[in-house]
Amino acid sequence: MAKAWTFGENMNTDEIIPGRYNITIDPLELAKNVFCEVKPEYTKNVIAGDVIVGGQNFGCGSSREHAPIAIKGSQAKCVIAASFARIFFRNAINIGLPILECPEAAADISEGDDIEVNLSTGQIVNHTNGHHYQARPLPDFVLKIAEAGGIVNFLKAHDIQELLS
Amino acid sequence: MGTLIEEIFSQRAGRRVQSGEILLLNVDYIMSHDNTTPLAIKAFREIGKPILDKNKIVLHLDHAYPAPNVLAAENHRKILDFVKEQGLPYLFKQGVCHQVMIEEGFVTPGSIVIGADSHSNTYGAMGAFGTGLGSTEIGVAWITGKCWFKVPETIRVELHGQTQPGVYAKDVMIHIAGLLGMDGGTYRSVEFGGEYIENLPMHERIIFPNMSTEIGAKCGLIAADAVTMHYLENETPARGPFESIFPVSPHYERRLDIDVSNLPPQVACHPDVDNVKPLTEVEGLEVHEVYVGTCTNARYEDLEIVANILKGKRVNPLTRVIITPASARIYKKAMKNGLIEILMDAGCTVTGTGCGACIGRHGGILAPGERALTTMNRNFVGRMGSPLSEIYLASPATAAATALTGRITDPRSIMETTIKH
Repeated sequence: MAKAWTFGENMNTDEIIPGRYNITIDPLELAKNVFCEVKPEYTKNVIAGDVIVGGQNFGCGSSREHAPIAIKGSQAKCVIAASFARIFFRNAINIGLPILECPEAAADISEGDDIEVNLSTGQIVNHTNGHHYQARPLPDFVLKIAEAGGIVNFLKAHDIQELLS
Repeated sequence: MGTLIEEIFSQRAGRRVQSGEILLLNVDYIMSHDNTTPLAIKAFREIGKPILDKNKIVLHLDHAYPAPNVLAAENHRKILDFVKEQGLPYLFKQGVCHQVMIEEGFVTPGSIVIGADSHSNTYGAMGAFGTGLGSTEIGVAWITGKCWFKVPETIRVELHGQTQPGVYAKDVMIHIAGLLGMDGGTYRSVEFGGEYIENLPMHERIIFPNMSTEIGAKCGLIAADAVTMHYLENETPARGPFESIFPVSPHYERRLDIDVSNLPPQVACHPDVDNVKPLTEVEGLEVHEVYVGTCTNARYEDLEIVANILKGKRVNPLTRVIITPASARIYKKAMKNGLIEILMDAGCTVTGTGCGACIGRHGGILAPGERALTTMNRNFVGRMGSPLSEIYLASPATAAATALTGRITDPRSIMETTIKH
């Protein structure tokens, strides 16, 4: 089962990973301190494939890419939130951390719920309470980046112009 | 026909564009600093294609400079080696990146400047489109010279009247952050204008786009006018003719009209930038550190306000008072005109330039249980050090008044009539 880890509104990048830990760019090193102040038990107990669930404006604050990298490094499958702050949204897509915008799921899912996510359809199932949710579809060009596994992989194989063509 | 951001993007796209469209645009400059450049280098190397135009790349060492530890030094080494390897022409070690970008003339009306730093919105003060991105996109832009943007909807903030003595642009912007909230501008362009902005000098205008980041905005814009052109011609190496871009019959998603005439000094209280109160409601709260610095409020005029209040006085001996000029140019001017001596004589610690204290790296870290009053733009929990410390945001005048007493103090209570507003 994939466990839900829930976080509140306006989860900022300092809360995701405090600035003092951003002296490395190694995903596994960063993952050691992800959410260390708001949810210290996360790093000890997270299992690969678990799901992060946030409220409005998830990832607000700094442009630091360390934030989505730290979450990805912790082996979480994806982030579901009511809404995302704009730089975090871009960063997550660019580094290949799947994100789903779904206010209904964000409001309904409780800590520890057993969550199944279909990333390609955006369907989310809460096996704990039996509820189903549908995330907002991502724009086509964002899907192109996400499907390539991030912008770096996209550009290895394509010209930037192909993003919008 | 369009909002300021639609006009700027239309000019660059070579056709009329509207909010909601997604564009791939050429950018003029690509900024990054010691915190974000190493990841950009990593993305650049992984893609494995050459830099399109070296003259677009501007690098700064400011976030942990001089290096406070070995890892920071390794980051600097990595960047300096990259500059040498690629023969990059623009590397700065002389202050907070956004201030240096403006001082060095990289930001002009209608230009597009992207930065691997959330406060790249600052460039909007010059009528430029500035926005913050992550490092990977910066590495991508080194190779492509381009970036994708969704043309945002616009919130127009129309400011009327003039502030009272002791009340500054910082107080007005904190007030706006309280009204709109920390996600009130998410994905939006926030356009600042009106009689109040038109009469404002450049050093105070900069605060509005700078702090538009705190309300989630993609950009904060002020249309360039005679004040902008005069500043660019006289204070930067940029030379015109500059483009004149302004909103034409714009359609705004939302418009806010605010009269600043009777606004008292404001404080953004722990733990959120939109937890805004009139200063009088938190007056007397004990403060353990006063920090005047950052891309928001450490320009020459800010230091002058602080020096005018502290001249001939002593700051509270139990309060650490730290002044970090935003750039070397500001530092030199402050030194030449005697401000640094006044600040030091008053018991302030004047540090080298940079961003260290604002991001909890070095130069002013807080202990558990401590409270700081700062001229910064951001008061996230733990930002300046311990997660058990608190940050309150205010104007340089409020910071100076607070430095004298060690408690949050209304600058109007100690400002004499001789003090320049």
